Amino acid sequence: MNGDSVTPITEGLFTVADGLVRLIGSQCADCGTIAFPRQFSCPKCTSVEVTERLLARRGTLWSWTIQCFPPKSPPYAVDDADTFEPYGVGYVELPGEVRVEARLTEADPDRLRIGMPMELTLVPAPGGAGGGCQGGRPPVASTARGVVTYAFQPVEAEWGTEQ
Amino acid sequence: MSGDDVGIIGAGIQPFGRHPGVTGLQMAVAAARAALADAGVSWPEIDFAAGGSDAAGNADTSVAMLGLTGVPFVNVRNGCATGGSALTMAHAMLRAGSADLALVVGFDKHPPGAFNPDPEDWGLGRWYGETGLMLTTQFFAMKIQRYMSEQGISSATLAEVAAKAFRNGALNPNAWRRKPLTATEILASKMISHPLTQFMFCSPGEGAAALVLARGARLRGSSRPPVLLRSVALRTRSFGSFEVFSPSIAIESAPSPTAVAAAAAFEAAGIGPTDVDLAQVQDTESGAEVMHLAETGLCQHGEQEKLIASGATEIGGRLPVNTDGGCLANGEPIGASGLRQVHEVVLQLRGEAGARQVPGRPRVAFTHVYGAPGVSACAVLSR
Repeated sequence: MNGDSVTPITEGLFTVADGLVRLIGSQCADCGTIAFPRQFSCPKCTSVEVTERLLARRGTLWSWTIQCFPPKSPPYAVDDADTFEPYGVGYVELPGEVRVEARLTEADPDRLRIGMPMELTLVPAPGGAGGGCQGGRPPVASTARGVVTYAFQPVEAEWGTEQ
Repeated sequence: MSGDDVGIIGAGIQPFGRHPGVTGLQMAVAAARAALADAGVSWPEIDFAAGGSDAAGNADTSVAMLGLTGVPFVNVRNGCATGGSALTMAHAMLRAGSADLALVVGFDKHPPGAFNPDPEDWGLGRWYGETGLMLTTQFFAMKIQRYMSEQGISSATLAEVAAKAFRNGALNPNAWRRKPLTATEILASKMISHPLTQFMFCSPGEGAAALVLARGARLRGSSRPPVLLRSVALRTRSFGSFEVFSPSIAIESAPSPTAVAAAAAFEAAGIGPTDVDLAQVQDTESGAEVMHLAETGLCQHGEQEKLIASGATEIGGRLPVNTDGGCLANGEPIGASGLRQVHEVVLQLRGEAGARQVPGRPRVAFTHVYGAPGVSACAVLSR
Protein backbone atom coordinates (compact mmCIF):
# COMPACT_ATOMS: atom_id res chain seq x y z
CA MET A 1 0.00 0.00 0.00
CA ASN A 2 1.31 3.42 -0.88
CA GLY A 3 1.34 5.35 2.35
CA ASP A 4 1.43 8.70 0.56
CA SER A 5 -2.19 8.42 -0.52
CA VAL A 6 -3.63 7.81 2.91
CA THR A 7 -4.18 9.69 6.14
CA PRO A 8 -3.03 8.06 9.39
CA ILE A 9 -5.64 7.89 12.13
CA THR A 10 -3.25 9.87 14.29
CA GLU A 11 0.25 11.26 13.93
CA GLY A 12 3.15 9.47 15.54
CA LEU A 13 1.65 5.97 15.63
CA PHE A 14 3.15 4.59 12.41
CA THR A 15 5.06 5.77 9.38
CA VAL A 16 5.72 4.55 5.88
CA ALA A 17 9.40 4.17 5.02
CA ASP A 18 10.60 2.81 1.68
CA GLY A 19 7.03 1.82 0.89
CA LEU A 20 6.72 -0.25 4.05
CA VAL A 21 4.62 0.63 7.07
CA ARG A 22 6.48 0.70 10.39
CA LEU A 23 5.15 1.21 13.93
CA ILE A 24 6.77 4.04 15.86
CA GLY A 25 7.87 2.86 19.28
CA SER A 26 10.50 4.03 21.68
CA GLN A 27 13.55 2.63 23.41
CA CYS A 28 15.12 3.51 26.72
CA ALA A 29 18.75 4.61 26.36
CA ASP A 30 19.53 3.36 29.88
CA CYS A 31 17.95 -0.09 30.09
CA GLY A 32 16.95 -0.81 26.49
CA THR A 33 13.25 -1.36 27.20
CA ILE A 34 11.07 -0.94 24.12
CA ALA A 35 7.52 0.40 24.28
CA PHE A 36 4.65 1.21 21.93
CA PRO A 37 3.28 3.78 21.22
CA ARG A 38 6.25 6.08 21.65
CA GLN A 39 6.82 6.93 25.32
CA PHE A 40 8.77 9.82 26.82
CA SER A 41 9.86 7.98 29.94
CA CYS A 42 10.77 4.36 30.51
CA PRO A 43 8.00 2.23 32.05
CA LYS A 44 10.61 -0.10 33.51
CA CYS A 45 13.48 1.99 34.90
CA THR A 46 11.78 5.45 34.92
CA SER A 47 14.57 7.04 32.83
CA VAL A 48 13.57 9.96 30.63
CA GLU A 49 16.40 9.20 28.19
CA VAL A 50 14.05 7.62 25.68
CA THR A 51 14.38 7.79 21.91
CA GLU A 52 12.16 6.92 18.99
CA ARG A 53 12.57 3.51 17.39
CA LEU A 54 10.83 1.91 14.42
CA LEU A 55 9.60 -1.56 15.32
CA ALA A 56 9.93 -4.84 13.45
CA ARG A 57 7.27 -5.51 10.84
CA ARG A 58 6.90 -9.21 11.57
CA GLY A 59 6.20 -11.25 14.64
CA THR A 60 4.05 -14.06 15.99
CA LEU A 61 0.51 -14.05 17.32
CA TRP A 62 0.69 -14.12 21.14
CA SER A 63 -3.05 -14.11 21.81
CA TRP A 64 -6.22 -13.15 19.96
CA THR A 65 -9.98 -12.77 20.10
CA ILE A 66 -12.79 -11.79 17.78
CA GLN A 67 -14.78 -8.66 18.61
CA CYS A 68 -18.27 -9.98 17.87
CA PHE A 69 -20.44 -7.04 18.95
CA PRO A 70 -20.28 -3.41 17.84
CA PRO A 71 -18.38 -1.36 20.43
CA LYS A 72 -20.21 1.68 21.75
CA SER A 73 -19.59 4.98 20.03
CA PRO A 74 -17.91 6.99 21.42
CA PRO A 75 -15.18 5.94 21.76
CA TYR A 76 -15.61 3.69 18.66
CA ALA A 77 -15.61 5.67 15.43
CA VAL A 78 -18.57 3.87 13.89
CA ASP A 79 -22.09 4.02 15.29
CA ASP A 80 -24.05 1.79 12.95
CA ALA A 81 -24.80 -1.67 14.29
CA ASP A 82 -26.44 -2.66 10.99
CA THR A 83 -23.18 -2.58 9.05
CA PHE A 84 -20.98 -4.03 11.80
CA GLU A 85 -18.68 -6.89 10.86
CA PRO A 86 -16.81 -8.78 13.57
CA TYR A 87 -13.09 -8.10 13.60
CA GLY A 88 -10.04 -9.82 15.00
CA VAL A 89 -7.88 -8.32 17.75
CA GLY A 90 -4.60 -9.69 18.99
CA TYR A 91 -1.22 -9.15 20.55
CA VAL A 92 1.67 -9.76 18.18
CA GLU A 93 5.06 -10.45 19.70
CA LEU A 94 7.81 -8.66 17.82
CA PRO A 95 10.87 -10.77 18.67
CA GLY A 96 13.15 -9.10 21.19
CA GLU A 97 11.05 -5.93 21.19
CA VAL A 98 7.52 -5.82 22.57
CA ARG A 99 4.03 -7.32 22.17
CA VAL A 100 1.80 -4.94 20.24
CA GLU A 101 -2.00 -4.87 20.42
CA ALA A 102 -3.63 -4.52 17.03
CA ARG A 103 -6.62 -5.18 14.88
CA LEU A 104 -6.15 -8.27 12.75
CA THR A 105 -7.16 -8.57 9.12
CA GLU A 106 -8.46 -12.05 9.88
CA ALA A 107 -11.79 -12.45 11.70
CA ASP A 108 -12.31 -16.18 11.21
CA PRO A 109 -11.47 -17.93 14.52
CA ASP A 110 -10.58 -21.10 12.64
CA ARG A 111 -7.81 -19.27 10.80
CA LEU A 112 -6.12 -17.80 13.86
CA ARG A 113 -3.79 -19.67 16.16
CA ILE A 114 -1.31 -18.64 18.81
CA GLY A 115 2.22 -18.65 17.42
CA MET A 116 1.33 -18.04 13.77
CA PRO A 117 3.52 -15.56 11.86
CA MET A 118 2.03 -12.11 11.37
CA GLU A 119 3.01 -9.04 9.38
CA LEU A 120 2.17 -5.37 9.75
CA THR A 121 -0.15 -3.70 7.24
CA LEU A 122 -2.54 -0.77 6.98
CA VAL A 123 -6.32 -1.05 6.89
CA PRO A 124 -9.07 1.50 6.50
CA ALA A 125 -9.81 2.90 9.95
CA PRO A 126 -13.34 2.37 11.24
CA GLY A 127 -15.46 5.26 10.02
CA GLY A 128 -12.54 6.66 8.07
CA ALA A 129 -12.94 5.07 4.64
CA GLY A 130 -16.65 4.88 4.10
CA GLY A 131 -17.36 1.92 6.29
CA GLY A 132 -16.03 0.12 9.32
CA CYS A 133 -14.16 -3.07 9.53
CA GLN A 134 -13.23 -5.06 6.47
CA GLY A 135 -13.96 -8.29 8.30
CA GLY A 136 -11.77 -11.18 7.15
CA ARG A 137 -10.90 -9.55 3.85
CA PRO A 138 -7.50 -7.97 3.35
CA PRO A 139 -7.61 -4.25 2.66
CA VAL A 140 -7.93 -3.20 -0.96
CA ALA A 141 -5.71 -0.30 -1.93
CA SER A 142 -8.47 1.49 -3.79
CA THR A 143 -10.64 1.63 -0.69
CA ALA A 144 -7.86 3.02 1.43
CA ARG A 145 -7.74 6.58 0.14
CA GLY A 146 -9.08 7.73 3.47
CA VAL A 147 -8.06 7.36 7.07
CA VAL A 148 -6.02 4.26 7.84
CA THR A 149 -4.78 2.48 10.93
CA TYR A 150 -2.30 -0.30 11.48
CA ALA A 151 -3.21 -3.97 11.64
CA PHE A 152 -1.50 -7.33 11.46
CA GLN A 153 -2.22 -9.95 8.82
CA PRO A 154 -1.30 -13.63 8.77
CA VAL A 155 1.92 -14.07 6.80
CA GLU A 156 0.81 -17.40 5.32
CA ALA A 157 -1.82 -15.69 3.23
CA GLU A 158 0.77 -14.04 1.03
CA TRP A 159 4.06 -15.62 1.88
CA GLY A 160 3.31 -19.33 2.04
CA THR A 161 5.44 -21.07 4.64
CA GLU A 162 8.10 -18.38 4.85
CA GLN A 163 9.40 -17.70 8.38
CA MET B 1 -8.85 -10.18 69.78
CA SER B 2 -6.00 -7.75 70.42
CA GLY B 3 -5.88 -3.99 70.74
CA ASP B 4 -4.67 -3.58 67.15
CA ASP B 5 -7.53 -5.57 65.69
CA VAL B 6 -9.91 -4.04 63.17
CA GLY B 7 -13.22 -5.75 62.65
CA ILE B 8 -16.41 -5.46 60.65
CA ILE B 9 -19.42 -4.97 62.90
CA GLY B 10 -22.05 -4.05 60.34
CA ALA B 11 -22.86 -4.98 56.75
CA GLY B 12 -25.57 -3.68 54.45
CA ILE B 13 -26.48 -4.21 50.82
CA GLN B 14 -29.02 -3.07 48.26
CA PRO B 15 -30.19 -5.72 45.79
CA PHE B 16 -28.08 -5.81 42.62
CA GLY B 17 -29.82 -5.52 39.26
CA ARG B 18 -31.77 -2.69 37.69
CA HIS B 19 -33.65 -0.08 39.70
CA PRO B 20 -35.37 2.44 37.41
CA GLY B 21 -35.97 5.77 39.08
CA VAL B 22 -33.56 5.11 41.95
CA THR B 23 -30.23 6.95 41.84
CA GLY B 24 -26.92 5.38 42.71
CA LEU B 25 -26.58 7.74 45.67
CA GLN B 26 -29.99 6.69 47.00
CA MET B 27 -28.83 3.07 46.84
CA ALA B 28 -25.61 4.04 48.64
CA VAL B 29 -27.54 5.75 51.45
CA ALA B 30 -29.85 2.74 51.82
CA ALA B 31 -26.87 0.37 52.03
CA ALA B 32 -25.13 2.66 54.54
CA ARG B 33 -28.24 2.80 56.73
CA ALA B 34 -28.55 -0.99 56.57
CA ALA B 35 -24.91 -1.40 57.64
CA LEU B 36 -25.35 1.11 60.49
CA ALA B 37 -28.52 -0.65 61.68
CA ASP B 38 -26.78 -4.02 61.50
CA ALA B 39 -23.94 -2.63 63.62
CA GLY B 40 -26.25 -0.89 66.05
CA VAL B 41 -24.34 2.34 65.39
CA SER B 42 -25.77 5.77 64.60
CA TRP B 43 -24.36 7.88 61.76
CA PRO B 44 -23.10 10.70 64.03
CA GLU B 45 -20.84 8.16 65.78
CA ILE B 46 -18.93 7.45 62.54
CA ASP B 47 -15.62 9.32 62.63
CA PHE B 48 -14.22 8.33 59.22
CA ALA B 49 -15.87 7.42 55.93
CA ALA B 50 -14.66 6.46 52.46
CA GLY B 51 -16.41 5.27 49.38
CA GLY B 52 -17.10 5.76 45.74
CA SER B 53 -18.64 4.91 42.43
CA ASP B 54 -17.33 4.90 38.90
CA ALA B 55 -20.35 6.45 37.21
CA ALA B 56 -22.97 7.35 39.82
CA GLY B 57 -21.54 10.35 41.60
CA ASN B 58 -19.44 11.34 44.59
CA ALA B 59 -19.92 9.17 47.67
CA ASP B 60 -19.48 12.07 50.09
CA THR B 61 -22.58 13.83 48.78
CA SER B 62 -24.52 11.11 50.63
CA VAL B 63 -24.00 13.15 53.80
CA ALA B 64 -26.84 15.38 52.57
CA MET B 65 -29.14 12.40 53.18
CA LEU B 66 -27.28 10.65 56.01
CA GLY B 67 -26.74 13.82 58.02
CA LEU B 68 -24.28 16.72 58.03
CA THR B 69 -22.05 15.64 60.89
CA GLY B 70 -18.75 17.03 59.61
CA VAL B 71 -17.27 13.53 59.29
CA PRO B 72 -14.05 13.26 57.24
CA PHE B 73 -15.24 11.49 54.06
CA VAL B 74 -12.90 10.53 51.20
CA ASN B 75 -14.19 9.87 47.69
CA VAL B 76 -12.57 6.91 45.96
CA ARG B 77 -12.58 6.24 42.24
CA ASN B 78 -10.30 3.31 41.56
CA GLY B 79 -12.00 1.26 38.87
CA CYS B 80 -13.19 -2.17 39.93
CA ALA B 81 -10.96 -1.86 43.01
CA THR B 82 -12.95 1.12 44.32
CA GLY B 83 -14.53 -0.85 47.19
CA GLY B 84 -11.27 -2.55 48.10
CA SER B 85 -9.47 0.79 48.05
CA ALA B 86 -12.05 2.36 50.39
CA LEU B 87 -11.64 -0.63 52.69
CA THR B 88 -7.85 -0.21 52.61
CA MET B 89 -8.11 3.41 53.72
CA ALA B 90 -10.61 2.72 56.49
CA HIS B 91 -8.46 -0.14 57.76
CA ALA B 92 -5.38 2.09 57.81
CA MET B 93 -7.18 4.93 59.60
CA LEU B 94 -8.43 2.56 62.29
CA ARG B 95 -5.08 0.83 62.68
CA ALA B 96 -3.42 4.22 63.04
CA GLY B 97 -5.82 5.13 65.80
CA SER B 98 -7.12 8.06 63.78
CA ALA B 99 -10.68 6.79 63.96
CA ASP B 100 -12.72 4.34 66.03
CA LEU B 101 -15.72 3.72 63.81
CA ALA B 102 -15.56 3.88 60.02
CA LEU B 103 -18.10 3.49 57.25
CA VAL B 104 -17.19 2.36 53.74
CA VAL B 105 -19.67 2.42 50.90
CA GLY B 106 -19.53 1.42 47.23
CA PHE B 107 -22.25 1.89 44.66
CA ASP B 108 -22.88 2.30 40.94
CA LYS B 109 -25.46 2.54 38.23
CA HIS B 110 -24.49 1.71 34.64
CA PRO B 111 -26.59 1.63 31.46
CA PRO B 112 -26.98 -1.73 29.68
CA GLY B 113 -24.18 -2.96 27.43
CA ALA B 114 -20.41 -3.02 27.60
CA PHE B 115 -18.54 -0.16 29.26
CA ASN B 116 -17.41 2.63 26.94
CA PRO B 117 -14.60 4.46 28.70
CA ASP B 118 -12.98 7.57 27.24
CA PRO B 119 -9.42 6.67 26.17
CA GLU B 120 -8.10 10.06 27.26
CA ASP B 121 -9.25 9.35 30.84
CA TRP B 122 -6.85 6.39 30.75
CA GLY B 123 -3.84 8.17 29.28
CA LEU B 124 -4.44 6.77 25.80
CA GLY B 125 -4.93 8.47 22.44
CA ARG B 126 -8.39 8.74 20.93
CA TRP B 127 -7.26 6.38 18.15
CA TYR B 128 -7.29 3.49 20.65
CA GLY B 129 -11.03 3.83 21.14
CA GLU B 130 -11.84 4.87 17.57
CA THR B 131 -10.25 1.72 16.16
CA GLY B 132 -12.18 -0.57 18.50
CA LEU B 133 -9.50 -1.63 20.98
CA MET B 134 -10.89 0.08 24.12
CA LEU B 135 -12.91 -2.87 25.46
CA THR B 136 -12.41 -4.69 28.76
CA THR B 137 -14.10 -7.72 27.18
CA GLN B 138 -11.28 -8.04 24.62
CA PHE B 139 -8.64 -8.00 27.34
CA PHE B 140 -10.27 -10.75 29.38
CA ALA B 141 -10.82 -12.82 26.23
CA MET B 142 -7.19 -12.53 25.14
CA LYS B 143 -5.88 -13.19 28.65
CA ILE B 144 -7.88 -16.41 29.07
CA GLN B 145 -7.19 -17.44 25.46
CA ARG B 146 -3.47 -17.35 26.15
CA TYR B 147 -3.93 -18.95 29.57
CA MET B 148 -5.99 -21.84 28.16
CA SER B 149 -3.25 -22.66 25.66
CA GLU B 150 -0.54 -22.54 28.33
CA GLN B 151 -2.38 -24.30 31.17
CA GLY B 152 -4.72 -26.71 29.42
CA ILE B 153 -7.98 -25.12 30.52
CA SER B 154 -11.05 -26.11 28.44
CA SER B 155 -14.12 -24.17 27.34
CA ALA B 156 -16.15 -26.69 29.35
CA THR B 157 -14.46 -25.41 32.51
CA LEU B 158 -15.32 -21.82 31.61
CA ALA B 159 -18.95 -22.90 31.27
CA GLU B 160 -18.88 -24.77 34.60
CA VAL B 161 -17.67 -21.63 36.38
CA ALA B 162 -20.62 -19.65 35.00
CA ALA B 163 -23.09 -22.46 35.78
CA LYS B 164 -21.90 -22.46 39.41
CA ALA B 165 -22.31 -18.68 39.60
CA PHE B 166 -25.92 -18.85 38.45
CA ARG B 167 -26.65 -21.79 40.78
CA ASN B 168 -25.32 -19.75 43.71
CA GLY B 169 -27.13 -16.65 42.50
CA ALA B 170 -30.40 -18.55 42.57
CA LEU B 171 -29.88 -19.00 46.34
CA ASN B 172 -29.13 -15.31 46.94
CA PRO B 173 -32.15 -13.01 47.30
CA ASN B 174 -29.95 -9.95 46.52
CA ALA B 175 -28.56 -11.36 43.24
CA TRP B 176 -29.61 -10.10 39.82
CA ARG B 177 -29.42 -13.32 37.76
CA ARG B 178 -31.31 -15.92 39.75
CA LYS B 179 -32.11 -18.47 37.04
CA PRO B 180 -29.79 -21.47 36.91
CA LEU B 181 -28.30 -22.21 33.48
CA THR B 182 -26.64 -25.45 32.38
CA ALA B 183 -23.08 -25.56 31.06
CA THR B 184 -24.55 -26.60 27.69
CA GLU B 185 -26.78 -23.51 27.59
CA ILE B 186 -23.83 -21.29 28.54
CA LEU B 187 -21.58 -22.74 25.83
CA ALA B 188 -24.36 -22.38 23.25
CA SER B 189 -25.10 -18.74 24.06
CA LYS B 190 -24.00 -15.99 21.68
CA MET B 191 -20.24 -15.63 21.17
CA ILE B 192 -19.12 -12.27 22.57
CA SER B 193 -15.35 -12.39 22.29
CA HIS B 194 -13.68 -15.75 21.63
CA PRO B 195 -13.54 -17.96 23.66
CA LEU B 196 -16.12 -16.26 25.89
CA THR B 197 -19.86 -16.46 25.28
CA GLN B 198 -22.61 -14.14 26.52
CA PHE B 199 -23.35 -16.02 29.74
CA MET B 200 -19.66 -16.28 30.63
CA PHE B 201 -19.58 -12.48 31.01
CA CYS B 202 -21.07 -10.38 33.77
CA SER B 203 -23.13 -7.36 32.81
CA PRO B 204 -22.69 -3.79 34.00
CA GLY B 205 -25.54 -3.19 36.45
CA GLU B 206 -26.62 -1.38 39.59
CA GLY B 207 -26.22 -1.91 43.31
CA ALA B 208 -24.64 -0.75 46.56
CA ALA B 209 -22.92 -2.25 49.59
CA ALA B 210 -21.63 -0.75 52.84
CA LEU B 211 -19.73 -1.87 55.92
CA VAL B 212 -19.11 -0.48 59.40
CA LEU B 213 -15.59 -1.08 60.73
CA ALA B 214 -14.51 -0.71 64.34
CA ARG B 215 -11.45 -0.96 66.56
CA GLY B 216 -10.73 -1.11 70.26
CA ALA B 217 -13.64 -0.81 72.65
CA ARG B 218 -16.11 -0.27 69.82
CA LEU B 219 -15.08 -3.60 68.32
CA ARG B 220 -14.95 -5.52 71.61
CA GLY B 221 -18.26 -4.04 72.70
CA SER B 222 -20.13 -4.87 69.51
CA SER B 223 -23.24 -6.98 69.90
CA ARG B 224 -22.70 -8.58 66.47
CA PRO B 225 -20.59 -11.71 65.95
CA PRO B 226 -17.09 -10.29 65.39
CA VAL B 227 -15.50 -10.65 61.95
CA LEU B 228 -11.89 -9.51 61.96
CA LEU B 229 -10.36 -7.79 58.96
CA ARG B 230 -6.99 -9.48 59.34
CA SER B 231 -5.38 -7.64 56.44
CA VAL B 232 -6.09 -5.72 53.27
CA ALA B 233 -3.57 -4.97 50.52
CA LEU B 234 -3.84 -2.75 47.46
CA ARG B 235 -1.42 -2.84 44.52
CA THR B 236 -1.11 -1.39 41.03
CA ARG B 237 0.62 -3.06 38.10
CA SER B 238 4.30 -3.82 37.79
CA PHE B 239 6.34 -3.60 34.60
CA GLY B 240 5.78 -6.80 32.64
CA SER B 241 2.28 -7.74 33.81
CA PHE B 242 -0.50 -8.10 31.21
CA GLU B 243 -3.18 -5.53 31.95
CA VAL B 244 -6.37 -4.15 30.50
CA PHE B 245 -6.11 -1.15 28.11
CA SER B 246 -2.50 -1.88 27.08
CA PRO B 247 -1.54 -0.94 23.51
CA SER B 248 1.61 -2.95 24.16
CA ILE B 249 2.97 -5.28 26.80
CA ALA B 250 6.52 -6.20 27.66
CA ILE B 251 7.91 -9.55 26.57
CA GLU B 252 9.40 -10.10 30.00
CA SER B 253 6.70 -11.08 32.45
CA ALA B 254 5.99 -10.01 36.01
CA PRO B 255 3.43 -11.14 38.60
CA SER B 256 0.03 -9.50 38.22
CA PRO B 257 -1.17 -6.90 40.74
CA THR B 258 -3.55 -9.62 41.92
CA ALA B 259 -0.64 -11.95 42.72
CA VAL B 260 1.32 -9.23 44.50
CA ALA B 261 -1.66 -7.93 46.50
CA ALA B 262 -2.75 -11.45 47.50
CA ALA B 263 0.73 -12.40 48.69
CA ALA B 264 0.97 -9.17 50.69
CA ALA B 265 -2.46 -9.71 52.25
CA PHE B 266 -1.65 -13.28 53.28
CA GLU B 267 1.72 -12.26 54.70
CA ALA B 268 0.24 -9.38 56.71
CA ALA B 269 -2.49 -11.65 58.07
CA GLY B 270 -0.11 -14.43 59.00
CA ILE B 271 -2.54 -16.76 57.27
CA GLY B 272 -1.82 -18.83 54.16
CA PRO B 273 -3.97 -19.66 51.14
CA THR B 274 -4.39 -23.23 52.39
CA ASP B 275 -6.11 -21.90 55.53
CA VAL B 276 -8.88 -20.24 53.50
CA ASP B 277 -12.34 -21.77 53.97
CA LEU B 278 -14.13 -19.69 51.33
CA ALA B 279 -13.16 -17.05 48.78
CA GLN B 280 -14.64 -14.31 46.64
CA VAL B 281 -12.52 -13.61 43.55
CA GLN B 282 -13.21 -11.19 40.72
CA ASP B 283 -15.23 -13.03 38.07
CA THR B 284 -16.09 -10.33 35.56
CA GLU B 285 -16.04 -13.30 33.20
CA SER B 286 -15.65 -16.96 33.97
CA GLY B 287 -12.03 -17.10 32.79
CA ALA B 288 -11.16 -14.41 35.34
CA GLU B 289 -12.29 -16.67 38.18
CA VAL B 290 -10.13 -19.50 36.78
CA MET B 291 -7.02 -17.33 36.49
CA HIS B 292 -7.53 -15.40 39.72
CA LEU B 293 -7.82 -18.63 41.72
CA ALA B 294 -4.20 -19.39 40.82
CA GLU B 295 -2.90 -15.80 40.86
CA THR B 296 -4.14 -15.38 44.43
CA GLY B 297 -2.41 -18.59 45.46
CA LEU B 298 -5.63 -20.45 46.25
CA CYS B 299 -4.57 -23.18 43.79
CA GLN B 300 -1.73 -23.96 41.41
CA HIS B 301 -1.67 -22.78 37.79
CA GLY B 302 -3.18 -25.50 35.64
CA GLU B 303 -4.86 -27.18 38.60
CA GLN B 304 -8.19 -25.42 37.94
CA GLU B 305 -9.40 -27.87 35.30
CA LYS B 306 -9.51 -30.75 37.81
CA LEU B 307 -10.33 -28.59 40.82
CA ILE B 308 -13.48 -27.16 39.26
CA ALA B 309 -14.59 -30.49 37.76
CA SER B 310 -14.26 -32.08 41.23
CA GLY B 311 -16.79 -29.64 42.70
CA ALA B 312 -14.23 -28.18 45.11
CA THR B 313 -15.36 -24.61 44.40
CA GLU B 314 -19.07 -25.32 45.00
CA ILE B 315 -20.77 -24.20 48.22
CA GLY B 316 -20.37 -27.72 49.67
CA GLY B 317 -16.83 -28.16 48.33
CA ARG B 318 -13.39 -27.85 49.85
CA LEU B 319 -12.94 -24.22 48.73
CA PRO B 320 -16.29 -22.53 47.99
CA VAL B 321 -15.77 -19.63 45.56
CA ASN B 322 -18.15 -16.74 44.87
CA THR B 323 -20.87 -18.15 47.08
CA ASP B 324 -23.23 -15.23 46.37
CA GLY B 325 -23.00 -15.77 42.60
CA GLY B 326 -20.13 -13.32 42.10
CA CYS B 327 -20.16 -10.68 39.39
CA LEU B 328 -21.62 -13.21 36.95
CA ALA B 329 -24.90 -13.49 38.88
CA ASN B 330 -24.87 -10.08 40.57
CA GLY B 331 -23.70 -7.97 37.64
CA GLU B 332 -20.93 -5.41 37.86
CA PRO B 333 -21.76 -2.04 39.39
CA ILE B 334 -18.07 -1.10 39.45
CA GLY B 335 -17.98 0.80 42.74
CA ALA B 336 -20.13 -1.72 44.59
CA SER B 337 -18.67 -5.12 43.74
CA GLY B 338 -15.66 -5.10 46.03
CA LEU B 339 -17.75 -4.41 49.13
CA ARG B 340 -20.44 -6.89 47.97
CA GLN B 341 -17.72 -9.53 48.22
CA VAL B 342 -16.84 -8.54 51.77
CA HIS B 343 -20.52 -8.30 52.71
CA GLU B 344 -20.93 -11.89 51.54
CA VAL B 345 -18.03 -13.29 53.54
CA VAL B 346 -19.17 -11.41 56.64
CA LEU B 347 -22.54 -13.20 56.39
CA GLN B 348 -20.79 -16.52 55.76
CA LEU B 349 -18.42 -16.17 58.72
CA ARG B 350 -21.33 -15.19 60.97
CA GLY B 351 -23.35 -18.18 59.74
CA GLU B 352 -26.07 -15.86 58.42
CA ALA B 353 -25.91 -16.71 54.70
CA GLY B 354 -29.19 -18.62 54.61
CA ALA B 355 -29.75 -21.07 51.75
CA ARG B 356 -26.20 -20.53 50.47
CA GLN B 357 -24.47 -20.92 53.85
CA VAL B 358 -21.17 -22.78 53.57
CA PRO B 359 -21.39 -25.79 55.90
CA GLY B 360 -18.89 -26.60 58.64
CA ARG B 361 -18.69 -23.17 60.29
CA PRO B 362 -16.07 -21.51 58.02
CA ARG B 363 -13.41 -19.57 59.91
CA VAL B 364 -11.19 -17.84 57.32
CA ALA B 365 -12.31 -15.98 54.18
CA PHE B 366 -10.50 -14.20 51.35
CA THR B 367 -11.69 -11.50 48.94
CA HIS B 368 -10.11 -10.23 45.73
CA VAL B 369 -10.93 -7.51 43.21
CA TYR B 370 -9.17 -6.56 39.99
CA GLY B 371 -9.76 -3.47 37.90
CA ALA B 372 -8.53 -1.30 35.07
CA PRO B 373 -5.84 -0.35 34.30
CA GLY B 374 -4.20 -2.96 36.55
CA VAL B 375 -5.16 -2.54 40.20
CA SER B 376 -6.07 -5.17 42.76
CA ALA B 377 -7.18 -5.23 46.38
CA CYS B 378 -7.22 -8.39 48.49
CA ALA B 379 -8.45 -8.95 52.04
CA VAL B 380 -8.20 -11.75 54.60
CA LEU B 381 -10.98 -12.03 57.18
CA SER B 382 -11.63 -14.43 60.02
CA ARG B 383 -14.05 -14.93 62.85
